[in-house]
Amino acid sequence: MNEPILRVTELNKKFGEHHVLKGIDFSVEQGERVAIIGGSGSGKSTFLRCLNFMEMPSSGTVSLDGKEIGKPAGKNGERRYPESELCLVRERVGMVFQQFNLFPHMTVLENAMEGLLTVKGMKKEAARDLAVKELDKVGLADKHDAYPGRLSGGQQQRVAIARSLAMEPEILLFDEPTSSLDPELVGEVLVVIRKLAEEGRTMLLVTHELGFAYHFATKVIFLADGVFHEVGTPAEVLKNPKQERTRAFLNRFTEFAF
Amino acid sequence: MSYQWDFSGVWSRWDILAVGLLNTIKIAAVSIVLGIVVGLVLAFLKLSPKKYLSAPATAFIEFYRNTPPIIHFFWFYYALPVLANISLDPFVAAVLALSTQSGAFYAEVFRGGIVSIEKGQWEGGRSLGMRHSQLMRRIILPQAMTRMFAPFVERSFELTKTTALASTLAYADLLYQAMRVNSETFRPLEVYTTIALMYVVLLVTASTLSRIAEARLTAYR
Repeated sequence: MNEPILRVTELNKKFGEHHVLKGIDFSVEQGERVAIIGGSGSGKSTFLRCLNFMEMPSSGTVSLDGKEIGKPAGKNGERRYPESELCLVRERVGMVFQQFNLFPHMTVLENAMEGLLTVKGMKKEAARDLAVKELDKVGLADKHDAYPGRLSGGQQQRVAIARSLAMEPEILLFDEPTSSLDPELVGEVLVVIRKLAEEGRTMLLVTHELGFAYHFATKVIFLADGVFHEVGTPAEVLKNPKQERTRAFLNRFTEFAF
Repeated sequence: MSYQWDFSGVWSRWDILAVGLLNTIKIAAVSIVLGIVVGLVLAFLKLSPKKYLSAPATAFIEFYRNTPPIIHFFWFYYALPVLANISLDPFVAAVLALSTQSGAFYAEVFRGGIVSIEKGQWEGGRSLGMRHSQLMRRIILPQAMTRMFAPFVERSFELTKTTALASTLAYADLLYQAMRVNSETFRPLEVYTTIALMYVVLLVTASTLSRIAEARLTAYR
């Protein structure tokens, strides 16, 4: 057993009175690929976003390499998170968003270089080399000077992946990376993610693409009502689910299959 | 109409009006620059989640937005010396009045531009490990600027026209100089028509330049 690179203990997230994540325990080892599935509103995106502190957990801890992030503050398990510490975590835990969140005032190349220049303080030439390499990898070598607004959704998402990869994160989080794409553009993004899987990267993917999850993941989590309802290998969870709720969820997906 | 237009008295005193025009440009430019500083500070204070920072900024902004500009001129020129025992030069008093009041308006323009940037832009930057200040400088402000530009220019034009109030403090701006020319020529129609046209030419030129700048700023769209 490897030591987990990322560990979550008793993670709770509340939005006001709404209790979204209910005491989740979870860990990821180096090289694992975790697919998180579940209905909308089940808390899967919120869970992912707590891992790089896009959302602040209401209580519980997130640890990277055995080190707990933040400091305890208050009686109810709340923690205080200094900005400098969160920035370091986010450098190591990259994220790709459903809506890409590219910087529209920068070209494709500038987008991919931005983190390297601003966060890592790299020299322009070195940052450019690295950004070019990652853009090549996602198949956008010919789009360096284009602005994101001129690209298709699939191309934009590939730029976003390259931007995240350029930071050389140890863990990559994908938050429904294909959900806002036209169906014919989904494939090109999934091909890139599959390529990253083949490189042995540690990744967590929130998705509705169950077929892709089946082939991509080493572990599948079915999240419902803020708890992990079922966890197992893709075959276990997607082919032979033990829980009635998981079966019902999967049936809805296969209802119109042919 | 029987009125006989005669601009000869105005033409022969063009140098007096030229000084006024230059002074108007000078006071507008200085007040715009200082107003931007005041506006940025107020905008950031007002955006702060800390009440003790945002509340005074809101009060300041509301005070200036809801009082006639001429009161600020009189206050800085006549009241401040009494309170602080310093007498201000008309130029300094007028710049203080103009830059604080335009700062209050700019603050709303800047704040509006900043809050109009989608949440995803903040998250995109944060996900790379950017600090708040880096995000502001590299991602948010550059995009906000393009959205602020049109209202900012409009406000600056308002400010430029408001500089005419500096004449009430005997600052030699375009209006003050016009009053001088008028007192020598007794041709108010010609004098005030001339300076009205000078304001038009000044602001139309500035408007053209600002449109060119805006086109460059938003080239990526």
